[in-house]
Amino acid sequence: MSAKIDIEFTVNGAVKQVTVPATASALDMLRDQLDLKGAKEACGEGECGACTVIVDGVSVCSCLSYAVDFDGRKIETIEGVQSDEGLDPIQQAFVDYGAVQCGYCTPGMVMQVKHTLDKNPNPTKEEIQRGLEGNVCRCTGYSKIIDAVTEVASS
Amino acid sequence: MDQIVEKPDTLIGAAFPKPDAPDKVVGKTTYINDMVLPRMLVAKIKRTDRVHAKILSVDISEAEKVPGIVAIATAENSPKGLIGVLKDNPPLKGDKVRCIRDEIAGVAGETEEAVNRALELIKVEYEDLPTVFDPEEALKEGAPLIHEDKPGNIGLTFDFEHGDVKKAEAESDVVLEEKYELHYVTHTCMGPGCVIADFDTHGKLTIYTQTQYPYNYKMDLAPALDIPAGDIRVIQPPTGGAFGSKLDVYPFEPIAVYLAKIARRPVKLFFSREEEFIASPTRQPARVYIKQGAKKDGTITFRDVQVYLNNGGYTSWGATIPAVMMRTMTGHFRIPNVEFHSVAPYTNNPFAGSFRGYGNVQATYVTATLMDKMAEELGMDPIEFRLKNAQEPGERTPQNSLLKNAALADCIKISAEKTDFLKKHAEYTEARKTPGRIRQGIGIATSVHNAGGAKIHKSDGCGTILTMDDYGRATVITGASEIGQGIDAVITQLVSEELGIPPSDVLIANDDSAIGPWDVGVHASRTTFIAGNSARNAAVKAKQQILAAAARQSNVSADKLELRGGHVVQKDNGVSVTKLDRLIRAMHFAGEDAELVMVSEYYEPPSELEDKNHVGDISAAYAHGAYITELEVDTLTGGVKLHKITAVQDVGKVINKLGIEGQMEGGIAQGIGYGLSEELIIEEGIVKNPNFRDYKVVTAPEMPEIECHFIEDDEETGPFGAKGISELPCIIPGASIANAVYNAIGVRFDNPPITPEKIVRALHGGKAEAAE
Repeated sequence: MSAKIDIEFTVNGAVKQVTVPATASALDMLRDQLDLKGAKEACGEGECGACTVIVDGVSVCSCLSYAVDFDGRKIETIEGVQSDEGLDPIQQAFVDYGAVQCGYCTPGMVMQVKHTLDKNPNPTKEEIQRGLEGNVCRCTGYSKIIDAVTEVASS
Repeated sequence: MDQIVEKPDTLIGAAFPKPDAPDKVVGKTTYINDMVLPRMLVAKIKRTDRVHAKILSVDISEAEKVPGIVAIATAENSPKGLIGVLKDNPPLKGDKVRCIRDEIAGVAGETEEAVNRALELIKVEYEDLPTVFDPEEALKEGAPLIHEDKPGNIGLTFDFEHGDVKKAEAESDVVLEEKYELHYVTHTCMGPGCVIADFDTHGKLTIYTQTQYPYNYKMDLAPALDIPAGDIRVIQPPTGGAFGSKLDVYPFEPIAVYLAKIARRPVKLFFSREEEFIASPTRQPARVYIKQGAKKDGTITFRDVQVYLNNGGYTSWGATIPAVMMRTMTGHFRIPNVEFHSVAPYTNNPFAGSFRGYGNVQATYVTATLMDKMAEELGMDPIEFRLKNAQEPGERTPQNSLLKNAALADCIKISAEKTDFLKKHAEYTEARKTPGRIRQGIGIATSVHNAGGAKIHKSDGCGTILTMDDYGRATVITGASEIGQGIDAVITQLVSEELGIPPSDVLIANDDSAIGPWDVGVHASRTTFIAGNSARNAAVKAKQQILAAAARQSNVSADKLELRGGHVVQKDNGVSVTKLDRLIRAMHFAGEDAELVMVSEYYEPPSELEDKNHVGDISAAYAHGAYITELEVDTLTGGVKLHKITAVQDVGKVINKLGIEGQMEGGIAQGIGYGLSEELIIEEGIVKNPNFRDYKVVTAPEMPEIECHFIEDDEETGPFGAKGISELPCIIPGASIANAVYNAIGVRFDNPPITPEKIVRALHGGKAEAAE
């Protein structure tokens, strides 16, 4: 049993205090301790992007981050993207453009797109594709995802 | 004042978003991997580290002592029933192991840490046995025997003969004889393998599973569990992809059940990504020897095919792919004389299951590249040679597939015109004569696939139960499984269209075998066709019942009424006779005449089983496709950059524009992976690249532009004319890419994937791995 450490950070605007094992991944902490199961573990080694969350404005693979490294940080997860007005434009575009099939990669995709568009609101098609290169989708062939992002960027 | 209800735009062919998409984009969908049941234990599998060995002993005594460990299942304390297509696979191995994925024990405990600790403490003693990994070696006299009751290591065999191949060969002007080596690829579903087993106190099992065939799944699972199939309830929570990988029972599922039985608690067993690569079924690898002949005028005279399928340690669906492969080998283009023989010898490799496209990915890679080779040999262009041998509508193949509205020639012509194929092909061929680093290439490939179901079981049917509530909402309980592919959207559209209610008033229920009616499963591009017909027929029955009631109430005859916008209206002028919900309540609360709108339908397609000689019209419809790839090859680095894939396919009728394009694009991405980058490298039975770093699926930057052109020929037996479509997009691209690469650099690769390494070796020397 590894040592436990107390951490405090912000998730989707709410302050959380959690006691985590020193070796726990941020993904396990989010899923198992905070019940935020939107981020998925699909590879556990930073190769697929299904666990993507945004930490202090930067998209990261939460499976590769230690939970303790979230101490003092501002975390955004898929659960915080929808607002009181409804779906975020990225989420709405994913629905409208058919960018979702099995959907297992979708939360990570949406977070990565959010990061990409935050950094570069007017990306070229190539920049959109590059922005998604760390996120694997096995169902859609990416075309509809790229269409959705293009729509959000242009509106 | 009469209320006029305008006819709404049809939903058939619309870009209709999937009903499950909103929950998925907000991260709300609870996949099986996310589920937690009260008092649930977590479980993992102890696998072997040998590829062929006698098990001398399994010692779990230290593992049992780990705090938090609740149950350990081994062959000794578990039921002895077998699983797999030939029932040759014990879920837990007791006497010997036959491949690297073999299961020694299942361990369930309170935490993953405890379970992992216990796995390390299980001690297994082995006596290694001689090994064999090559299918042809495995057939030789004296080869190590994998299963003691399978002499000669012979698994499934398929044989088909039509006409006189020897005579045809003698009469041919040109004969090509080729060898292909088709590789291992794997599904890499984004949601790793996961199952939850839970017994109630009556001893009945509820199993939460990713399966894509919930009804026969019970039948296949029960023998391994020593319980009646009827005591199994299958729940299908949302799943992270399947693509054919979940069409059989695999050992982890019964192992989870054994553990749940011992623990008397729910048990969740799940895979790591590494395990997903090593221990889930692959696409079937194939070594294909093929001879094809033609006359000088381009008429194909014969095909003679011998296939060796590396069966691996056990038999799942992989070894049955000749059932599909054969249809393309014998029936894609007019083949007057044909022999097909295949054998699947057991080896010490992992084993294959079904994977989107089944054996047709392999068959199409072979035949579509061979067609190009032969055209060149004959001095014909690739289009002319194909058109010369393309079947006309109404022709039957040697295996009796009736190509009612064969669109093969149309697909070829349209794709060639859209891409200016002949001009570019000639230009790029000519360009090879002059120096230059970057070479352009264009290639065409075609195929045919069943598009009206596939009768491989005694029934290829699907049931639907449709009920309407007092508020005019429809619940459609369908046997069809939603695995992400979008059948819920299609059925919603079909039912909404027939009942004249908005799609938001249709609820699809299809995740519980205790409620749903029977269905074969999601496979063979069948679901839109079969389940679509079933749902539509059910909606028509409900509509008839409703209109009859409305006719009685309104004194307008039923044939003059229709359902529109939540009303019963007069067909000719759209005047509302009654609101639908009000009518349904009136039907329900009519005293002794009370009736509920609640109908059932079982749709069986008009198709037939193959006879013992593999002759039979197994599908109600077939569909062709022609895909053209445009790419460039960097002759220095071997890199291939895809520019565009133009896909022309006979789809009968588009039901959901978003869904069909999504299936096309997603299938094409998998097809590109097959042709260019994906290979599960297995050396001496060991999987060498069990991770996304070294197993290269296609990612967003590698995707070319995709242009789809749908031929809509309104299949008379399909729902609103639709055919099944979802496998051809995965089947055709690999061969189309191979032909384009040849057009660019003049080198054939009969051993996909066509990696930069292979291209560089072929162009600049080094170990020759290119075409033999």
